[in-house]
Amino acid sequence: MPSVGRRVPRKEGAAKVTGAARYVDDISFPGMLHGTTVRSTVPRGEILSIRHAFDTSGFTIADYRDIPGRNVVALIEEDQPCLAERRIRHAAEPILLLAHEEKEKLLAAKVEIEYRPQEPVYDPARSEKTFKEIRIEKGELDRGFREADLVVEGEYRVGLQEQLYIETNGVIAVPENGGVTLYGSMQCPYYVHKALKVLLGMPGEKVRVIQTETGGGFGGKEEYPSMIAGHAAILALKAGRPVKIIYDRVEDMLATTKRHPGVIRHRTGVTKDGRLTAIDIDVLLDAGAYVTLSPVVLSRGILHATGPYRCGQVRVRGRVTMTNTPPNGAFRGFGAPQTQFAAEVHMERIAEALRMDPVRLREINALRPGDTTATGQKLGKDASALKVLREAVRRTGFRKRRRQLAGSDRGIGLALFFHGSGFTGGGEVRLASKAALELTERGARILVASTEIGQGTRTMHAQIVADTLGIPFDAVEVSEADTARVPDSGPTVASRTCMVVGKILENCASEMKKKLGKMSRKQYLAKHGPLIITKEYERPSEMVWSDETYRGDAYGAYGWGCDVAEVERDPDTYEIRPVRVTAVQDIGRAIHPVLAAGQIEGGTAQGVGYALLEEVVMRDGRMANAQLTNYIIPTTMDTPALDTVILEYPYEHGPFGAKGVGEMPIDGPAPAIVNAIRHLGLDVREIPATPEKVMAAPDLARAESR
Amino acid sequence: MKFSLNGKTVDVRAHPMKRLLDVLREECGLTGTKEGCGEGECGACTVLLDGEPVNSCLVPFAQVRGVTVKTIEGMNGKHALQEAFVTEGGAQCGICTPGMILAAAALPKNASLDEVRVGLAGNLCRCTGYEGIYRAIRKARRA
Repeated sequence: MPSVGRRVPRKEGAAKVTGAARYVDDISFPGMLHGTTVRSTVPRGEILSIRHAFDTSGFTIADYRDIPGRNVVALIEEDQPCLAERRIRHAAEPILLLAHEEKEKLLAAKVEIEYRPQEPVYDPARSEKTFKEIRIEKGELDRGFREADLVVEGEYRVGLQEQLYIETNGVIAVPENGGVTLYGSMQCPYYVHKALKVLLGMPGEKVRVIQTETGGGFGGKEEYPSMIAGHAAILALKAGRPVKIIYDRVEDMLATTKRHPGVIRHRTGVTKDGRLTAIDIDVLLDAGAYVTLSPVVLSRGILHATGPYRCGQVRVRGRVTMTNTPPNGAFRGFGAPQTQFAAEVHMERIAEALRMDPVRLREINALRPGDTTATGQKLGKDASALKVLREAVRRTGFRKRRRQLAGSDRGIGLALFFHGSGFTGGGEVRLASKAALELTERGARILVASTEIGQGTRTMHAQIVADTLGIPFDAVEVSEADTARVPDSGPTVASRTCMVVGKILENCASEMKKKLGKMSRKQYLAKHGPLIITKEYERPSEMVWSDETYRGDAYGAYGWGCDVAEVERDPDTYEIRPVRVTAVQDIGRAIHPVLAAGQIEGGTAQGVGYALLEEVVMRDGRMANAQLTNYIIPTTMDTPALDTVILEYPYEHGPFGAKGVGEMPIDGPAPAIVNAIRHLGLDVREIPATPEKVMAAPDLARAESR
Repeated sequence: MKFSLNGKTVDVRAHPMKRLLDVLREECGLTGTKEGCGEGECGACTVLLDGEPVNSCLVPFAQVRGVTVKTIEGMNGKHALQEAFVTEGGAQCGICTPGMILAAAALPKNASLDEVRVGLAGNLCRCTGYEGIYRAIRKARRA
């Protein structure tokens, strides 16, 4: 029986519900030491002196001089040291490493560091350094504004957001065979592999990276594990013993990456009957102190900045600049939630300015099959913006409900959005990801570096392989993500694990089936010996993209979504309580309906937190609320009823028609909720929309008549 | 110190102020109980003490003398909640799952959705938006 589209039991399900699943902190090795990181207490300055104010016997102590290779965390740029040498560019920057057999001894170890402080920069608009600038241009902007009857302008602000996986970051480094093996909680074993080869000055075969069961990532375990793995490896090599570093929650929140905050300005020309004639957008993101993934976050941000709308005249200018705060990085959505928040609240304000039904305005301008995006990408017949919009409106009785609620303490709003699946532009070509399939007597074994971090990677990949080979789901097993055993399938990010890596596996399985012909697996193995089929990503021939001009096919495919949010205002506390969110999303094909719905439900809940609750308070360049007590993520009491609808408009190059699903759900809730707050008559343009901000928000009628 | 752990009487030696969470994980080798925050906010370390869900990161070992402790390892693997958490999408990354299942097991049999929400309010899940967890609890009840 085919397994695609069915609710087969997830591969590691039993281990996760019995406590048998082994996360990194559940593992130990004989002679293992515990490691910790001594970090800067100033946001900017120079280290003058370091003094060990404790009895150092039994400790392994390491600093930058113990790094065998180059002192960088190799990623896009090599600007970030693994351990600070003299200059400090942000608070909580790693300086010194300590290891000891007993955790209590580590906690008691006091290190005194003297600094010469320098004036920090916290405002990204006043930064001395721009890490990346990107521009998209289409048509003649001036002509578009001349055709407009009305120009609507606005500035929108989005805050930092913490990924808050429930399992904190952690890595164990084990020195062995003249090299080092790393076990850790991570999304991208080959990122760690690449970074450690440079840091340790070792050839690839001396560095082995094994992902342990991972308790959530959401982007937060995309790039940062390279830093922790580096620290654990430095200590382990110096001590000659295994070293485990597990962050506690405070350290994890203080030191690791967050979603980039930003300021997005829109200036839009529109005709009286609601047609967009010109879109001019300026995006500013705050990178924090080092480049990390910021250029790519900016790229995805500006590629989604117009929202899913057609317009002949577009200019999008984006830049990401340095500030003296811990580096921001990957978080589900990766720039798109920031810019689409602005786009959809701005769209609402255009409807308000035109006194037009917000659904009608979106219907007029939504991208349709055959339309071109801001980069000139011609959309295929799966471009389903109108379909998701109409289904969300129908299902919620949106227009009627909006009239019913007018003037009450409840409001309803919507957001239309899209999300590109896979890496940006030529990224997939450069990655050249590989996947492999090994023939076994029972069926097949999947060999990929894609990680299971909760989303169901192993299960979904096994379904694709099982159906392509025509064998039962249970006959497909999945190897652990171990760089000594699996090829580099690229990172587990960017909504690419199903659409891109799943497709390569489908190709492997097709070839395996051909090779087997009429032979049984046993016969084949007896006659020819082991069979492993390795395939690489193949660019669909019609896909053309230029990184220089930002013209062409930015993504292989897009998912499309529409969220409707109903909220209630507490008239005394100004708290906004989300009552219900309806999420209608086209993902091409749901390989596993329960897992796919789980992505939409979970992403939507994170989006609700982004909209209303999750406020990172920065004070003197440090997160002041780095605790679960006062950084609030949605509990059962804060999460609204979630109504999820999956639509399937297949992508011809996706496995079984699948497009990406992981990130898109977080694009919609924030603008839908803020638009519902606007329906209450409050002019909110910034998230998180905390009670303080809602209380301070001007009355809509007055604000818009200024 | 003697107490009942997953149906068996055990005698465990550890510092009386050591967190129950650490005693379970280190002295007893039961790593199914997870640490998420260490301050009683996330519920990943939930265990049942005499049938009541508690955050084991906030319980000093001294308090379990003569008490019945149940961890995820004591749920035998075939509990209706465990099966339903797999099939209904109640477990994604799995790190909150042991605590969540124990908290769910302590809910009254006929709890309404609102009562379930209140009962699980101390258990954070970042993956599911809780919908899969509610589905699992509903399904387990029908089993």
